[in-house]
Amino acid sequence: MNRRLLPHPLLTLALALIWLLLVNSLAFGHVVLGLLLGWAIPLFTRRFWPDTVTIRNPATLARFIAVVMYDIVVANVSVARRILGRPERLRPAFVVVPLALRSELAISLLANTISLTPGTVSSRLSPDRRSLLVHALDVDDRDALIASIQQRYEAPLKEVFEC
Amino acid sequence: MLEYLLSFLILTGAVFTFIGSLGLARLRDFYTRLHGPTKATTLGVGSLLVASAVYFSTRGGGISLHEVLVTLFLFITAPVSAHLLAKAALHLRERSLVELPPDDAAAADAPAGDGAVR
Repeated sequence: MNRRLLPHPLLTLALALIWLLLVNSLAFGHVVLGLLLGWAIPLFTRRFWPDTVTIRNPATLARFIAVVMYDIVVANVSVARRILGRPERLRPAFVVVPLALRSELAISLLANTISLTPGTVSSRLSPDRRSLLVHALDVDDRDALIASIQQRYEAPLKEVFEC
Repeated sequence: MLEYLLSFLILTGAVFTFIGSLGLARLRDFYTRLHGPTKATTLGVGSLLVASAVYFSTRGGGISLHEVLVTLFLFITAPVSAHLLAKAALHLRERSLVELPPDDAAAADAPAGDGAVR
Protein backbone atom coordinates (compact mmCIF):
# COMPACT_ATOMS: atom_id res chain seq x y z
CA MET A 1 0.00 0.00 0.00
CA ASN A 2 2.67 2.40 1.09
CA ARG A 3 4.99 1.20 -1.69
CA ARG A 4 2.34 1.69 -4.35
CA LEU A 5 1.19 5.11 -3.28
CA LEU A 6 4.60 6.52 -2.44
CA PRO A 7 7.21 4.48 -4.32
CA HIS A 8 10.13 6.85 -3.84
CA PRO A 9 9.89 9.01 -0.71
CA LEU A 10 13.37 10.47 -1.18
CA LEU A 11 12.63 11.48 -4.76
CA THR A 12 9.39 13.07 -3.61
CA LEU A 13 11.26 15.14 -1.04
CA ALA A 14 13.96 16.13 -3.53
CA LEU A 15 11.40 17.17 -6.16
CA ALA A 16 9.47 19.24 -3.62
CA LEU A 17 12.70 20.95 -2.59
CA ILE A 18 13.64 21.65 -6.22
CA TRP A 19 10.19 23.15 -6.80
CA LEU A 20 10.59 25.46 -3.81
CA LEU A 21 13.99 26.55 -5.10
CA LEU A 22 12.58 27.14 -8.58
CA VAL A 23 9.85 29.45 -7.34
CA ASN A 24 12.23 30.87 -4.71
CA SER A 25 9.50 31.05 -2.09
CA LEU A 26 8.42 29.25 1.05
CA ALA A 27 4.72 30.18 0.86
CA PHE A 28 2.40 27.48 2.16
CA GLY A 29 0.73 27.09 -1.23
CA HIS A 30 4.03 26.37 -2.90
CA VAL A 31 5.00 23.81 -0.27
CA VAL A 32 1.76 21.96 -0.95
CA LEU A 33 2.14 22.25 -4.71
CA GLY A 34 5.77 21.05 -4.51
CA LEU A 35 4.80 18.03 -2.43
CA LEU A 36 1.98 17.29 -4.86
CA LEU A 37 4.36 17.40 -7.82
CA GLY A 38 6.89 15.34 -5.88
CA TRP A 39 4.22 12.76 -5.26
CA ALA A 40 2.81 12.66 -8.81
CA ILE A 41 6.02 12.71 -10.86
CA PRO A 42 7.49 9.48 -9.42
CA LEU A 43 4.17 7.75 -10.06
CA PHE A 44 4.23 8.73 -13.74
CA THR A 45 7.91 7.94 -14.21
CA ARG A 46 7.87 4.70 -12.25
CA ARG A 47 9.44 2.64 -15.04
CA PHE A 48 12.45 4.90 -14.98
CA TRP A 49 13.20 4.04 -11.33
CA PRO A 50 13.12 0.28 -10.99
CA ASP A 51 14.95 0.19 -7.65
CA THR A 52 14.13 2.07 -4.51
CA VAL A 53 16.93 4.31 -3.35
CA THR A 54 17.86 3.95 0.28
CA ILE A 55 20.53 5.96 2.00
CA ARG A 56 21.98 3.71 4.64
CA ASN A 57 24.45 6.08 6.17
CA PRO A 58 23.69 9.81 5.95
CA ALA A 59 26.80 10.80 7.93
CA THR A 60 29.05 9.00 5.44
CA LEU A 61 27.19 10.69 2.58
CA ALA A 62 27.76 14.12 4.13
CA ARG A 63 31.44 13.36 4.64
CA PHE A 64 31.68 12.09 1.05
CA ILE A 65 30.19 15.35 -0.30
CA ALA A 66 32.63 17.39 1.79
CA VAL A 67 35.58 15.32 0.51
CA VAL A 68 34.42 15.79 -3.10
CA MET A 69 34.04 19.56 -2.65
CA TYR A 70 37.52 19.79 -1.17
CA ASP A 71 38.99 17.65 -3.96
CA ILE A 72 37.30 19.78 -6.62
CA VAL A 73 38.97 22.93 -5.30
CA VAL A 74 42.42 21.36 -4.86
CA ALA A 75 42.34 19.54 -8.19
CA ASN A 76 41.12 22.65 -10.03
CA VAL A 77 44.18 24.56 -8.96
CA SER A 78 46.53 21.75 -9.91
CA VAL A 79 44.94 21.25 -13.33
CA ALA A 80 44.99 25.01 -13.96
CA ARG A 81 48.70 24.97 -13.26
CA ARG A 82 49.18 22.09 -15.68
CA ILE A 83 47.30 23.89 -18.46
CA LEU A 84 49.33 27.05 -17.95
CA GLY A 85 52.55 25.04 -17.78
CA ARG A 86 53.99 23.12 -20.69
CA PRO A 87 51.35 20.91 -22.30
CA GLU A 88 54.08 18.78 -23.90
CA ARG A 89 55.10 17.58 -20.48
CA LEU A 90 51.71 16.16 -19.55
CA ARG A 91 51.48 12.42 -19.24
CA PRO A 92 47.87 11.57 -20.09
CA ALA A 93 46.75 7.99 -19.70
CA PHE A 94 43.76 5.69 -19.85
CA VAL A 95 43.34 3.88 -16.56
CA VAL A 96 41.00 0.98 -15.93
CA VAL A 97 39.40 1.16 -12.49
CA PRO A 98 37.86 -2.14 -11.34
CA LEU A 99 34.47 -1.57 -9.74
CA ALA A 100 33.25 -3.09 -6.49
CA LEU A 101 29.92 -1.25 -6.76
CA ARG A 102 26.93 -3.07 -8.20
CA SER A 103 23.99 -0.69 -7.94
CA GLU A 104 23.40 1.42 -11.03
CA LEU A 105 22.85 4.60 -9.06
CA ALA A 106 26.10 4.16 -7.15
CA ILE A 107 28.06 3.49 -10.34
CA SER A 108 26.67 6.56 -12.06
CA LEU A 109 27.38 8.68 -8.99
CA LEU A 110 30.95 7.39 -8.94
CA ALA A 111 31.40 8.11 -12.66
CA ASN A 112 29.99 11.62 -12.21
CA THR A 113 32.24 12.26 -9.23
CA ILE A 114 35.30 11.15 -11.18
CA SER A 115 34.42 13.51 -14.03
CA LEU A 116 33.67 16.41 -11.68
CA THR A 117 37.01 16.22 -9.91
CA PRO A 118 39.27 17.81 -12.48
CA GLY A 119 42.10 15.82 -14.00
CA THR A 120 40.02 12.72 -14.54
CA VAL A 121 37.10 12.05 -16.89
CA SER A 122 35.24 8.77 -16.78
CA SER A 123 35.08 7.65 -20.38
CA ARG A 124 33.50 4.24 -20.61
CA LEU A 125 31.82 1.67 -18.47
CA SER A 126 32.67 -1.85 -19.52
CA PRO A 127 29.64 -3.76 -20.87
CA ASP A 128 29.65 -6.12 -17.89
CA ARG A 129 29.81 -3.12 -15.48
CA ARG A 130 32.86 -4.47 -13.73
CA SER A 131 35.30 -1.73 -14.64
CA LEU A 132 35.33 1.92 -15.54
CA LEU A 133 37.70 3.41 -18.07
CA VAL A 134 39.06 6.73 -16.83
CA HIS A 135 41.09 9.24 -18.80
CA ALA A 136 43.52 11.14 -16.62
CA LEU A 137 45.25 14.34 -17.66
CA ASP A 138 48.56 13.78 -15.94
CA VAL A 139 49.45 10.51 -14.25
CA ASP A 140 52.49 9.74 -12.15
CA ASP A 141 51.45 6.42 -10.81
CA ARG A 142 48.45 4.52 -12.18
CA ASP A 143 48.08 2.30 -9.13
CA ALA A 144 48.06 5.29 -6.80
CA LEU A 145 45.33 6.93 -8.89
CA ILE A 146 43.21 3.78 -8.88
CA ALA A 147 43.71 3.33 -5.14
CA SER A 148 42.74 6.93 -4.40
CA ILE A 149 39.55 6.66 -6.49
CA GLN A 150 38.64 3.45 -4.70
CA GLN A 151 39.35 4.74 -1.22
CA ARG A 152 38.10 8.30 -1.49
CA TYR A 153 34.99 7.83 -3.63
CA GLU A 154 34.05 4.23 -4.14
CA ALA A 155 34.26 2.99 -0.54
CA PRO A 156 31.93 5.67 0.91
CA LEU A 157 29.44 5.24 -1.96
CA LYS A 158 29.39 1.52 -1.33
CA GLU A 159 28.75 2.15 2.33
CA VAL A 160 25.89 4.54 1.62
CA PHE A 161 24.03 2.76 -1.18
CA GLU A 162 24.89 -0.91 -0.75
CA CYS A 163 25.20 -3.08 2.28
CA MET B 1 34.06 44.52 2.92
CA LEU B 2 31.32 42.62 1.11
CA GLU B 3 32.40 44.17 -2.15
CA TYR B 4 35.91 42.80 -1.77
CA LEU B 5 34.56 39.32 -1.12
CA LEU B 6 32.28 39.51 -4.17
CA SER B 7 35.04 40.87 -6.39
CA PHE B 8 37.34 38.09 -5.23
CA LEU B 9 34.73 35.43 -6.00
CA ILE B 10 33.90 36.87 -9.42
CA LEU B 11 37.55 37.24 -10.38
CA THR B 12 38.34 33.69 -9.22
CA GLY B 13 35.40 32.40 -11.22
CA ALA B 14 36.43 34.33 -14.32
CA VAL B 15 40.06 33.22 -14.06
CA PHE B 16 39.21 29.54 -13.73
CA THR B 17 36.64 29.68 -16.51
CA PHE B 18 39.21 31.38 -18.70
CA ILE B 19 41.90 28.80 -17.92
CA GLY B 20 39.40 26.05 -18.66
CA SER B 21 38.75 27.53 -22.10
CA LEU B 22 42.46 28.15 -22.62
CA GLY B 23 42.94 24.42 -22.11
CA LEU B 24 40.87 23.83 -25.25
CA ALA B 25 43.46 25.74 -27.26
CA ARG B 26 46.60 24.56 -25.52
CA LEU B 27 46.02 20.87 -24.98
CA ARG B 28 46.79 18.63 -27.84
CA ASP B 29 44.29 15.84 -28.25
CA PHE B 30 40.58 15.37 -27.87
CA TYR B 31 40.75 13.47 -24.59
CA THR B 32 42.95 15.95 -22.76
CA ARG B 33 40.87 18.86 -24.11
CA LEU B 34 37.83 17.35 -22.43
CA HIS B 35 39.40 18.21 -19.08
CA GLY B 36 39.17 21.96 -19.69
CA PRO B 37 35.38 22.34 -19.86
CA THR B 38 34.68 19.92 -16.99
CA LYS B 39 36.92 22.05 -14.81
CA ALA B 40 35.46 25.40 -15.80
CA THR B 41 32.02 24.28 -14.74
CA THR B 42 33.08 23.25 -11.26
CA LEU B 43 35.24 25.85 -9.55
CA GLY B 44 34.79 28.63 -12.13
CA VAL B 45 31.03 28.62 -12.40
CA GLY B 46 30.83 27.54 -8.75
CA SER B 47 32.41 30.72 -7.43
CA LEU B 48 30.43 32.92 -9.83
CA LEU B 49 27.25 31.34 -8.49
CA VAL B 50 28.30 31.81 -4.86
CA ALA B 51 28.97 35.48 -5.67
CA SER B 52 25.54 35.78 -7.28
CA ALA B 53 23.79 34.14 -4.32
CA VAL B 54 25.56 36.40 -1.81
CA TYR B 55 24.90 39.55 -3.84
CA PHE B 56 21.20 39.01 -4.40
CA SER B 57 20.65 37.79 -0.83
CA THR B 58 22.16 40.95 0.63
CA ARG B 59 20.59 43.37 -1.86
CA GLY B 60 17.08 42.91 -0.48
CA GLY B 61 14.27 40.76 -1.79
CA GLY B 62 15.06 37.93 0.61
CA ILE B 63 17.48 35.06 0.27
CA SER B 64 18.26 34.04 -3.28
CA LEU B 65 18.68 30.32 -3.75
CA HIS B 66 18.21 29.92 -7.49
CA GLU B 67 21.95 29.48 -7.67
CA VAL B 68 21.76 26.25 -5.71
CA LEU B 69 19.61 24.84 -8.48
CA VAL B 70 21.94 26.04 -11.22
CA THR B 71 24.83 24.35 -9.41
CA LEU B 72 22.83 21.17 -8.94
CA PHE B 73 21.81 20.92 -12.60
CA LEU B 74 25.31 21.79 -13.82
CA PHE B 75 26.90 19.18 -11.58
CA ILE B 76 24.45 16.57 -12.81
CA THR B 77 24.67 17.34 -16.52
CA ALA B 78 28.31 18.34 -17.12
CA PRO B 79 29.86 14.96 -16.24
CA VAL B 80 27.25 13.11 -18.28
CA SER B 81 27.97 15.10 -21.42
CA ALA B 82 31.74 14.72 -20.86
CA HIS B 83 31.28 10.97 -20.44
CA LEU B 84 29.26 10.70 -23.65
CA LEU B 85 31.78 12.81 -25.61
CA ALA B 86 34.63 10.62 -24.39
CA LYS B 87 32.71 7.46 -25.14
CA ALA B 88 31.86 8.61 -28.65
CA ALA B 89 35.48 9.60 -29.28
CA LEU B 90 36.68 6.21 -28.11
CA HIS B 91 34.18 4.50 -30.33
CA LEU B 92 35.38 6.50 -33.35
CA ARG B 93 38.99 5.77 -32.39
CA GLU B 94 39.75 9.48 -32.20
CA ARG B 95 43.48 10.26 -32.35
CA SER B 96 45.10 10.25 -28.92
CA LEU B 97 48.48 11.11 -27.43
CA VAL B 98 48.58 7.78 -25.69
CA GLU B 99 47.65 4.35 -26.84
CA LEU B 100 43.88 3.81 -26.95
CA PRO B 101 42.40 0.99 -24.93
CA PRO B 102 40.81 -1.85 -26.93
CA ASP B 103 37.27 -1.09 -28.05
CA ASP B 104 35.46 -3.66 -25.94
CA ALA B 105 32.11 -1.97 -26.44
CA ALA B 106 32.25 -2.60 -30.18
CA ALA B 107 33.43 -6.14 -29.56
CA ALA B 108 30.48 -6.77 -27.28
CA ASP B 109 28.00 -5.23 -29.72
CA ALA B 110 29.16 -7.28 -32.68
CA PRO B 111 27.54 -10.69 -32.98
CA ALA B 112 29.98 -13.50 -32.24
CA GLY B 113 31.83 -14.88 -35.23
CA ASP B 114 31.65 -12.03 -37.75
CA GLY B 115 33.76 -9.36 -36.13
CA ALA B 116 35.62 -8.78 -39.40
CA VAL B 117 32.74 -7.00 -41.15
CA ARG B 118 33.89 -3.47 -40.45
